[in-house]
Amino acid sequence: MTPPPAITLQGSFSLAETRLFGPLSVHLPAGQWTCLLGPSGVGKSTILRLILDLTTGGQFTGSVQADDGQPLRDRISYMAQSDLLLPWLTVLENTVLGARLRGEPPDLDRARHLLSRVGLGAHQAKTPAALSGGMRQRAALARALIEVRPVVLLDEPFSALDAGTRADMQELAAEVLKDKTVLLVTHDPAEASRLGHQILLLSPDAATIWTPPPTPPIRALQDPATLACQADLLSHLRGQVR
Amino acid sequence: MRFLYGLAALLVGLLVWQMLVWMTGAPHFILPSPLRVAKAGFASRALILEHTIVTATEVVLGLILGTLLGALTAIQLASSQWAQRLLLPILVFTQAVPVFALAPILTLWFGYGMASKIVMAVLIIYFPVTSAFHDGLTRVDSGLLDLARTMGATRWQVMRRIRIPHALPSLGTGLRLAAVYAPIGAVIGEWVGASKGLGYLMLLANGRVKIDLMFASLIALALLTVALHKLVAVLADRLSDYARGQGQH
Repeated sequence: MTPPPAITLQGSFSLAETRLFGPLSVHLPAGQWTCLLGPSGVGKSTILRLILDLTTGGQFTGSVQADDGQPLRDRISYMAQSDLLLPWLTVLENTVLGARLRGEPPDLDRARHLLSRVGLGAHQAKTPAALSGGMRQRAALARALIEVRPVVLLDEPFSALDAGTRADMQELAAEVLKDKTVLLVTHDPAEASRLGHQILLLSPDAATIWTPPPTPPIRALQDPATLACQADLLSHLRGQVR
Repeated sequence: MRFLYGLAALLVGLLVWQMLVWMTGAPHFILPSPLRVAKAGFASRALILEHTIVTATEVVLGLILGTLLGALTAIQLASSQWAQRLLLPILVFTQAVPVFALAPILTLWFGYGMASKIVMAVLIIYFPVTSAFHDGLTRVDSGLLDLARTMGATRWQVMRRIRIPHALPSLGTGLRLAAVYAPIGAVIGEWVGASKGLGYLMLLANGRVKIDLMFASLIALALLTVALHKLVAVLADRLSDYARGQGQH
């Protein structure tokens, strides 16, 4: 695995001749967590898809570059908003899907370990149809975490979880993805305040840097600076919506 | 309960048939009564069974070959844009030729034996199987394909691990149609030229004014088709269950 690169996206994006955002610049520092917040429909998921070089259905003028000059292809692990589990595979088989799709022997021990860490140890042999929405999302998280890749893009990975499980999964992700370049799209100011080395607020005109709490992530839930950051972010976001 | 309903429907059918015979006063060489057909069927049971086995063999072999060919074609179509652009119009055009019209030529090419009937059955089910399976192969959630792409999947692995399992219920739909179409193909083949099979027996009985035997053969053909349809339905249900994650693991 190459050392995690910093990634810079620069440019503007339009859908059917209508500008969605830009020109703007999004910089992901190497080996750090960047949390991307913004109102629905502003193009957060589009930024993820642009970095992943997936089709977006619109026109992007600009560039996506890693600071080491290497192509990003095959260096990114991705978790989409929907869980995208294959219904005919068991949870364990879904977790090692990446290896199977590349024709590599899957690391089943690591998969089992990760599944027990996300609380699905007893559900490995079940198919997704037998799981709740939150359990499916945790299975998808395990599938993203098992990929040994320096860059990880997460699109609202914890949205379907209850508050307690969400805090647990944030801690697990922070631990497993330590020192990787991570971009986390979220709607939750508390999540951003807790996990981000950097917090970005996306609007059609710019990606504004929001000052995170002074301590390094992952921050304690009851840390006063984290709570203050969360409250400030929330009132700012509410102002933006109005 | 379902069995009782089926039995009741059968009785009603027989009753209507008998009433028709009484009301029209048709002679037995035009419309034989159910009892007469049953008697003729029982008397010629060995003969009917012999010809049923021939037709069943043709139909089952046709189904297997046609499904294999159709599934392979669908995979080929779904795995390459070029194949799709080139072959799909040809495939659709060939569907404009009624398969029935080909029967004499097939008999000429493949002879009076089973081969020409199997080819007939294959031809008649090939398109429904291909088109149903192809539909399933290409209607995969684009999110899944994106995920596979980010994981560095090869084309063939996407086909094998995502597209094909996803399309199994659609293949099941194609198979259900095929199970009903295949006997039509075989019987047409037998009408055009054969010395065995239910289609042949029906023509023979008809020509000798043994209408009761003809009806008995017809009923044997219907039973064969229903049995085949049920069998294929069980298989199709299993394919669906598997793809939905409700099969056995």
